[in-house]
Amino acid sequence: MTLIIVIVVIAIIVGIYIALYNSLVQLRVHAQESWSQIDVQLQRRNDLIPNLVSTVKGYSKYEASTLEKVTQLRTELAGVPDDDRAKKMEASNELSGTLKSLFAVSENYPDLKASTEYQQLMEELSNTENKIAYSRQLYNSTVAVLNAKIQSFPSNIIAKIHHFTAMEYLQVPAEAQNVPNVSFDD
Amino acid sequence: MLYQQIARNKRKTILVMFGFFLLVALIGAAIGYLFARSAVSGIIIAGIIAVIYMVVMIGQSTDVVMNMNNAREIHSASEAPELWHVVEDMAMVARVPMPRVFIIDDPSPNAFATGNDPQHAAVAATTGLLQIMNREELEGVMGHEMSHVRNYDIRLQTIALALSAAISVLVNFAGNFWWFGGRSSDSDDDDAGGVLAIFGSILLIILAPLAATIAQMALSRNREYLADAGSVELTRNPHGLISALEKLKDAQPMRAADPNSSALYISDPERNAKHRRFAHLFDTHPPLDDRIKRLEEM
Repeated sequence: MTLIIVIVVIAIIVGIYIALYNSLVQLRVHAQESWSQIDVQLQRRNDLIPNLVSTVKGYSKYEASTLEKVTQLRTELAGVPDDDRAKKMEASNELSGTLKSLFAVSENYPDLKASTEYQQLMEELSNTENKIAYSRQLYNSTVAVLNAKIQSFPSNIIAKIHHFTAMEYLQVPAEAQNVPNVSFDD
Repeated sequence: MLYQQIARNKRKTILVMFGFFLLVALIGAAIGYLFARSAVSGIIIAGIIAVIYMVVMIGQSTDVVMNMNNAREIHSASEAPELWHVVEDMAMVARVPMPRVFIIDDPSPNAFATGNDPQHAAVAATTGLLQIMNREELEGVMGHEMSHVRNYDIRLQTIALALSAAISVLVNFAGNFWWFGGRSSDSDDDDAGGVLAIFGSILLIILAPLAATIAQMALSRNREYLADAGSVELTRNPHGLISALEKLKDAQPMRAADPNSSALYISDPERNAKHRRFAHLFDTHPPLDDRIKRLEEM
């Protein structure tokens, strides 16, 4: 009888252990997924920018300085090492801001606004900007849950044994804190 | 809250299916008894037919529902870039696979989701919706639909829709039967005609409210509020959905909406339509003003 009770108790403990471990692993995988989604979109945006620059150049001769800044920030972002997430996001946020102002001044060029190529680029860029914002939101909310689990009992024991460490949040640009939505088209 | 909603939906789905089988078995028993003096064989045959119907329906439900609503599928982002990208974003944040995307050619703004589970889901939007909504508002609407997907509202609604459609076919059939039976009982020697007449009218009396009950079960109006809340959880932006709902208030009724599917839509497609006499009593959706008020309080 005692033997059965001991076996049942051990089985329950092992079961809880496995469940907690798996949930930690899953959260970490989710966070990695969100980050790689951000990375993909950053890359995509960088690929779109040369196109954007050449399109805008054709229509507006006077925005050379803004275009130069966009190109420069793009190169800067491409140069950030892959594992430096904070720095990458910082560069990305700055680029987002500059792109926004570029779109704002584009309002002054009706021909540019009317061109199909520009409209397509706008949609593509809105899409990447939104995906970056949403992936970041997903990343941060996953990290929040993961960090809470790493600190709270009993999952903290398992986190310690298997070397789960708390992850850093990604900085959200001040103006986007309430509304992650970026919309260039209205 | 979310998990409770999912569990409740799964429970209701089983209950609805069980109710359907019970009904079919009853009908089978009655028909079998009348024609072959054997209730059991009637139950078996009806059971087999019901199972085949269910399997076909569950396998094809998305296509059937989309067909009923004259929706055409789009296969790439280039056909409707904004819609496609917004759906992609919402699926990503909701952590569900990208659903199939459909467009309904109708100037009235509306949208719905359907499917058996988040892995086999589909969303549809009208051309009117795409025209009048900006990106933020579209995100609110699609976030709402994606919450239906994530909450398993879609499975319950789709199955309830399929079953209530089957029952209304049966009721129509029984109605014709009764008409036929009632007339043939004029000829003197026919006894079965009288029995059929009674049977038919009983079927009509019992089945019609049952069909309504099944439909009603799926339509707890609460799920609309829950999906609105879920949308805000995904977009983190209540303003988008609020202004989308404001725009939906001015919407004209849809041209091509299938009346059985009206519960699927984000706002009632028959709203303001002249032929709706039982306003409020059988409303499938809570009033838009109430939904906006709740969102503003969040």
